[in-house]
Amino acid sequence: MKYLHLVLANLGRHKLRTVLTILSVALALFLFASLRSVVTTLAASAQFGGARRLVTLNATGLVFPLPLAYANRIKALPGVRGLSWANWFGGRYGDGKVFFANFAVDPESYLAMYPEIVLPPDQKDAFIHDRASAIIGKRLLSQFGWKLGQDVTLQGTIFPGDWTFTIRGVYTPTDPAIGDDVLIFHHALFDERIGRAGIAGWYIVEIDDPANAAPIAKSIDDMFRNSSSPTKTGTEREFQASFATMWGNVSFLMGTIGLAVVFAILLVTANAMMMNARERTGEVAVLKTIGFSDRLLFTLVMVEAGTMALTGAVLGLGFAKVLFKATNFNGMGFLPGFDVTTGTILLGGAVAIGLMLASGLFPALRAARLPVIQALRHVE
Amino acid sequence: MIPIIYNVRSVVGRPVSTALTALGVALVVAVFIGMLALANGFRAALARTGSENNVLVLRKGADSELSSGLARDAASMIAASPHVATGSDGRPLVSPEVYVLIPLAKAFDTTQVANVVVRGVSDQAWAVRSNVKVTEGQRPASGRAEICVGKRLTQRFPHTGIGETLHFAGRDWTVTCHFTAAGSAFESEIWGENEQFMPVFRGDVFQSITFRLKDPAAFDDARRALEDDKRMTVDAHRESVFYSQQSALLGRILSLLAIMITSIMAVGAVFGAINTMYAAIASRAPEIGVLLTLGFRPSSVLVSFLAESAIIAAVGGVLGCLFALPLNGLVTSTTNWASFSEIAFSFRVTPALLLAGMIFAVVMGILGGFFPALRAARLQVVQALR
Repeated sequence: MKYLHLVLANLGRHKLRTVLTILSVALALFLFASLRSVVTTLAASAQFGGARRLVTLNATGLVFPLPLAYANRIKALPGVRGLSWANWFGGRYGDGKVFFANFAVDPESYLAMYPEIVLPPDQKDAFIHDRASAIIGKRLLSQFGWKLGQDVTLQGTIFPGDWTFTIRGVYTPTDPAIGDDVLIFHHALFDERIGRAGIAGWYIVEIDDPANAAPIAKSIDDMFRNSSSPTKTGTEREFQASFATMWGNVSFLMGTIGLAVVFAILLVTANAMMMNARERTGEVAVLKTIGFSDRLLFTLVMVEAGTMALTGAVLGLGFAKVLFKATNFNGMGFLPGFDVTTGTILLGGAVAIGLMLASGLFPALRAARLPVIQALRHVE
Repeated sequence: MIPIIYNVRSVVGRPVSTALTALGVALVVAVFIGMLALANGFRAALARTGSENNVLVLRKGADSELSSGLARDAASMIAASPHVATGSDGRPLVSPEVYVLIPLAKAFDTTQVANVVVRGVSDQAWAVRSNVKVTEGQRPASGRAEICVGKRLTQRFPHTGIGETLHFAGRDWTVTCHFTAAGSAFESEIWGENEQFMPVFRGDVFQSITFRLKDPAAFDDARRALEDDKRMTVDAHRESVFYSQQSALLGRILSLLAIMITSIMAVGAVFGAINTMYAAIASRAPEIGVLLTLGFRPSSVLVSFLAESAIIAAVGGVLGCLFALPLNGLVTSTTNWASFSEIAFSFRVTPALLLAGMIFAVVMGILGGFFPALRAARLQVVQALR
């Protein structure tokens, strides 16, 4: 501890160099944390899914609907406790320019199925009893400056025409994967306007015991195997994971860039440390002459490198954490619940320590091994 | 002017610090080029999909082929339009098409499923889409459960070889040919006959109708005629414009990401360059004093040190280009969220992109070298020589 003053004095010698080095470490770790958070957020949304919920889709593909008539047959199966259904709507807002997720659901059963969608009981009642109403995530409210009770008109892309809904509720999701930028409205109204086609995009099936997921999924699929619309049933988690894999190589790409960033900054820090060491050859020799041990000099250089790396890490990681929290960032809706996790921060800290070792090691060894006589020869 | 060889020798004289700084710049440039090459490749794949000479008709308000639907009578009305070109056999060059997505398991990891486009076309489609070429096998025969598979799909999905059968929509389909389409998004599609796909998918509707214009310049007339036709409610798009727009969303996200990431990295690299140049100038103060004594103006000292910083950065730029070059042609795939389908495309490292990377590097060098060079130029001769 008594050498703290010496380390600080050394760092203060080239204030600009120290500040720039710390800032580059901070920038690198900020980028590192941001890129890694993209990966962890995607992974977290792939992990979403209640253990008791199954999703039944048309086996032919995502875009094909299922008959609404399947509802009663699925409900009658043993082990099935609850059932709801929904249909992707794909409407646009503001003369067709703005897009956000919106779908038609069966309100009562859907809200019962998803306790993660939290809204005040009076708003929930108002929504369930008004067929022409919708509820929205709280982000949409602030994004468009909408108010409760306001009429909002969407332009249908798949189902043509203008669709007007009264906003009766604003929900807050307890699980970020639900998304707070979604509008949901009555499936009954949807069905009526498309001419009572009797279709559902997908069914959500609540089962009594997660252990029975596989046999129940199989019995649902078996029931409809020879019908006009065969089904494919899986756990909700599998359903979510299939969306996450659609990003293809994004995770790999982010990881690669993150590595490149860290490596680039390692070069900058190592360079600064080596410049420091080179300039101080004479000084180190003097310190050795007055009795500083090799080991102590090694430690002093390492501590200096460590101070820069860790200060940069605290700045960069802290800024990433605060910035994304404060701006409520969600990657234009693609990354719901974007968050810099504790794991990312710990990993960032580990990167900083690695940075310290890699950038300090060579100059520190050099200082420790410096032959005094030779070094002093150069001191004027 | 101070001869440039002076700077070159100085740079070579401190190899380690030059190499570290140049490598830092190189990594930034490599990421810059790599990410833009990705965005470029994606945009190019979609831009090449559509032709200037074709018109794509969708139901009014539909923003993609997936969300559209057109009845048979619309197809026959459009075929009868005077704006449609006729083929060598005298028939109109029109292709009413069925467009759906099916989940296909990937070859390397069957738990990963991709949404692949299945397009049912008329036999005129092969003439309407002039960029589509059958490379192997025979086109699907009318009335048979046969399909033609795009080249990009064949490596990534099993059962796509010629003579093999692919199972979807509850039927077996025999693969009779493979096709290319100049690197466009069509290469990530499966084509078959529209009349075969209608009953197994969405029934008696087409999703889009594409026709060749008799006079490519008369697009506006053709559009007005179709959109004003009271018998149908449609939007007509120039095919090339439509597919370019399909890449707009993801293309913009990728470019934005590239610029954000690389500008943050660039700041770090500039800091590195500043450190290097300050250190270089501090250790060469006597040299600078000599230069000034010899009669070189402070402004030429400034230019000289800027040049030195630019040289280091340019070396980094060249290295960065070399790192990024092997990416060219590398095939990757992602879901295009505008159409929800998976598209395979290659990274495109173009000469323009390499040039942009070099300019980026030199700008980083000049920015990093400016303040140190200014200090060098302002050095007091007496002090420096002491």
